[in-house]
Amino acid sequence: MSKQITIPFGPQHPVLPEPLHLDLVLEDEKVVDVIPTIGYVHRGLEKLVEKREYTEYVFIAERICGICSHIHGQTYVQGIEQIMGLEIPERAQYLRTIWSEYSRMHSHLLWLGLFADSMGFESVFMNSWRLREHILDDLEATTGGRVIQGVCKVGGVRKDISPEKLDEMVKGLRGIEHELQALMNVFLHDSSMQHRLKGIGVLSNDDAYYLGAVGPTARGSGIAIDLRETGYAAYGKINFKPVVEPDGDCYARCAVRAKELFTSIDIIEQCVKKIPDGPVDMKVTGAPDGEFLSRAEQPRGEVIHYIKGNGKKNLVRHRVRTPTFTNIPPLVTLLKGCELADVPVIVLSIDPCIGCAER
Amino acid sequence: MTFFQMTKTVLKSLFTRPATLMYPVKPAKKTDATRGHVKIDPTKCITCRICQRKCPTQAICVDVKEKTWEIDQMRCVVCAICVDTCPTKSLTMDNQYRPAMTARGGLEKFTVAGPKKKEPVATPALADEKPKE
Repeated sequence: MSKQITIPFGPQHPVLPEPLHLDLVLEDEKVVDVIPTIGYVHRGLEKLVEKREYTEYVFIAERICGICSHIHGQTYVQGIEQIMGLEIPERAQYLRTIWSEYSRMHSHLLWLGLFADSMGFESVFMNSWRLREHILDDLEATTGGRVIQGVCKVGGVRKDISPEKLDEMVKGLRGIEHELQALMNVFLHDSSMQHRLKGIGVLSNDDAYYLGAVGPTARGSGIAIDLRETGYAAYGKINFKPVVEPDGDCYARCAVRAKELFTSIDIIEQCVKKIPDGPVDMKVTGAPDGEFLSRAEQPRGEVIHYIKGNGKKNLVRHRVRTPTFTNIPPLVTLLKGCELADVPVIVLSIDPCIGCAER
Repeated sequence: MTFFQMTKTVLKSLFTRPATLMYPVKPAKKTDATRGHVKIDPTKCITCRICQRKCPTQAICVDVKEKTWEIDQMRCVVCAICVDTCPTKSLTMDNQYRPAMTARGGLEKFTVAGPKKKEPVATPALADEKPKE
């Protein structure tokens, strides 16, 4: 039995720009216990709901996260629409779906780059981010913002996309598909990648279920949970299968995200084929009176927005449960028993977004 | 087992131009939809204060008495809700980003035309102002 020492990891760490603090208890090079701490970037966004009108709060809800901003805004808006019983135009539903899939692709490419960077594979990092730029260009051309889109509003969306632009977007995505394929080959088949990822940080199927893992972390452990299957927005009219990998190691979580990129392209193409003509927004009067638990699938997993209103312009309560927050207990389990050198890769493999987790 | 997965990509990158832009020297790429910063046409503003009420960051301050329209560009998050709600279309979105600042500031004040005298005025605050003019 060797002496135990504690090593602080974060909140400032070269591999992790997010302010997550982990106290790693080590025995020699082995991690035996992990004590996570968050609370470095708490902004009090949920309290702000009492001071801003429910229609203005969409912009604040979008700023909960810098990467999955569109889906946060969309989930909040869906909750308000459910309380007020609004049937929003179908074209708006499809546009929301298209933009969510775009933000999923941009988030996954960002993560794949950072993941490669965490194991010192700089050139894959650069190549992932170069492809991500194509996605961001399309987002900017259609919404006006690269990462904070700001297109959702209560009762629809704020911008329409012309049919020509929609076709052009699909053509562009099909154009970069072979480049994506080449890059994903590196992630999935490169021998150094496999050596670094296979069998590292294994989360068993039961652990993933009982610790409440969501998103790619759960799907990488063989649990087929994908909120998109519940059919919110236009997902109910789209054919797709959630990507599930059974192994539960870092490689499986990486493979889920790599394969989801192609699912996203498929979903966008189906949306563009099926999108109906019509208005993109509707007039909204009154204020929400009631409560609703709105759920959606983010790139990192399931997000829940709890919204409660009392018939006035300002909501009473807004609570967000973000996917990173639920993925911290599985992360602690993953880290126990691993080598110190594998810690950065394992922490990155759950795609931590601490800005999200703390609001 | 596969080797040299990235050779094709590496060779391509060697013989093409850089994927990055020399940003501050060359302007960043812009689209027509890009939200850069808010601009005002002072001759069209009727000081209705809708933009001030709708602004989620409270960056806009309209003084009805003085007939001024003021924006704190450092508070503004460029959401364009003021542009969407402006009844006279005096606010527009420019697709150029504001240049970076090295000191505190960002306050921009404009003297605006104010409401036209014979037109009915929407907000009660403006109705109070009318007799004084």
